Amino acid sequence: MSGASTAHSVVEPSAATKRIAAFLVILYAVITMVPLAWIFATAWKTPPDSIAYPPKVVFDPSLEGYCNLFTTRSRQTQDYIAELGPPQGTCDTVTRQREMVIVGPSNYVPRFINSLIIAFGSTFLAVSLGVFAAYAFSRFKIPLKDDLLFFILSTRMMPPIAVAIPIYLMYREVGLSDSALGMILLYTAVNVSLAVWLLKGFIDEIPREYEEAAMIDGYTRLQAFFKVVLPQAATGIAATSIFSLIFAWNEYAFAVLLTSGTAQTAPPFIPTIIGEGGMDWPAVGAGTTLFLIPVVVFTVLLRKHLLRGITFGAVRK
Amino acid sequence: MPDMNAIADRVASATPPHVGKAIRGLSDRSIAWIFVAPTMILLLAINIFPLIWTVYLSFTNYASNRPNRAVVNVGLKWYQDILSSPEVWAAMQATAHFVFWTIFFQTLIGFGLAYLIDRKFRGHAFWTTIILIPMMLSPAVVGNFWKFLYQPQIGLFNYVISFFTGIPPSSFEMLGSVTLAPWAIVIVDTWMWTPYVMLICLAGLRSIPDYIYEAAEVDRASKWRQFWSITLPMALPFIMLAVLFRGIENFKMFDMVVLLTGGGPGSTTELASITLKRQAFEAYRTGYSSAFAIILFVVVFGLANIYVRALNKVKQR
Repeated sequence: MSGASTAHSVVEPSAATKRIAAFLVILYAVITMVPLAWIFATAWKTPPDSIAYPPKVVFDPSLEGYCNLFTTRSRQTQDYIAELGPPQGTCDTVTRQREMVIVGPSNYVPRFINSLIIAFGSTFLAVSLGVFAAYAFSRFKIPLKDDLLFFILSTRMMPPIAVAIPIYLMYREVGLSDSALGMILLYTAVNVSLAVWLLKGFIDEIPREYEEAAMIDGYTRLQAFFKVVLPQAATGIAATSIFSLIFAWNEYAFAVLLTSGTAQTAPPFIPTIIGEGGMDWPAVGAGTTLFLIPVVVFTVLLRKHLLRGITFGAVRK
Repeated sequence: MPDMNAIADRVASATPPHVGKAIRGLSDRSIAWIFVAPTMILLLAINIFPLIWTVYLSFTNYASNRPNRAVVNVGLKWYQDILSSPEVWAAMQATAHFVFWTIFFQTLIGFGLAYLIDRKFRGHAFWTTIILIPMMLSPAVVGNFWKFLYQPQIGLFNYVISFFTGIPPSSFEMLGSVTLAPWAIVIVDTWMWTPYVMLICLAGLRSIPDYIYEAAEVDRASKWRQFWSITLPMALPFIMLAVLFRGIENFKMFDMVVLLTGGGPGSTTELASITLKRQAFEAYRTGYSSAFAIILFVVVFGLANIYVRALNKVKQR
């Protein structure tokens, strides 16, 4: 550490200041993690434990939440259950203890897969379109460039419900209602504005001399773009892709209004997980945990580019 | 790859000179248009065409559940209805309350945290990443699990409040009470988005060069004075940028609040987007809701424009 050399600098905070700052920030970080930790813990509780008073911090972990998340069950008499063969696997055992039998898989896995298909599909399209447009905006004189860029950004200012009204009618006309393709196109349109703005920032930072040197060596403009600019922009493309993925993964308003069955994604599905007599909180916790973990991992990977992503490239470090 | 080169040579020699010239000489101008066009076409199809359609629908009596009814032009009727509707004004007030207080708390806490993190204590990067996690999560899923934390009697939130204040946990309902529900949504939004403001403020603080503080020390300006005449004014454009983004996002707020309160109790937390959704997708008043959507869009756009002008003035100082 360079602490020794700057110890006497007038702008370096004193050790006491640092300790107080560290204490307060860590306190905030711990408090802010409590709600998340609580829902992750709830996934491992039994339904009675999840609604116990006072709230249980220490409990016997149970797989019931995860079992309930992945299965649908029906209540049966004890006699009926006794006549069945020995239970097959943990979930069978857990379910039978509640006088129920598993009747089939739940919709969680298909919804999760829909989320994956739609998020990856729209990200691929948005970033592919975005990288070409961003390059053009970065390198060429385009008439009304600033207006076009502002127009691209302004499409993000519309309330999603306002956009959903005509999209709903339009998709009904062309048969894209409740289809993965419809959702991919819609999310691509939303994400492409982010992609253009972010990628333009990244491409602006690549010196023009690189392409010019390549073109003097006989490359055409297109070759220079594919062989020189794209590899240089790889980090930016990766960061932009992750931002698009997270947006599409998290999106709820369009998903709940425009999909009902086949193309429904996980966010509208998770709140509908109910047990007998109310929400099945351990199953909700399990569904939430599995849904949020990828985003938490991506956030940690992205931490250096987060600032850019959330401000559309307006603020760079 | 010698083979490829040989093939390329043969192709080159076989290509008539004028065709080769046309491909190689694809001018920068044409490339610019070819690169930008797909993005523009997509945005025109998915954003602009629907917007124009919405404008058209807002002058008609169209109802999406009765597509075969004759469409009648109603002129400005819906606009008049909306601007004189107490329901709409109530929604606007709920939205204003939500936007104002979320921005107030997020700016206060976010700037405070950024200031503390900028003391650069050991491990600050790690704790910053932890603090950032909530803002990347799905607002819908967040709303859903905060509903669990807010459960009267059994919820963790009520338990913690009663633990520290002695108020019985079953004596208040965060989501069921007319006075508390508007604050319940403010609390969740602040939990989720304070990191966003913090991150932008942190960039602002880090953009202030050390030599300014050194000069201030030489002039024997107190720390207090330094904060008010250097730190705050120089970070202000960043704070305003954060407020702009949060303001626009929260004006459009839908998903998190719908899952927490559904607009209730009564209509105390029915934000503008929720009213819009009810009118469009539950009452099927497509014309009316289109007009409302246009009004909302104009409001966001107008406010953003005024704000950006103010921001530029601040930047120029």
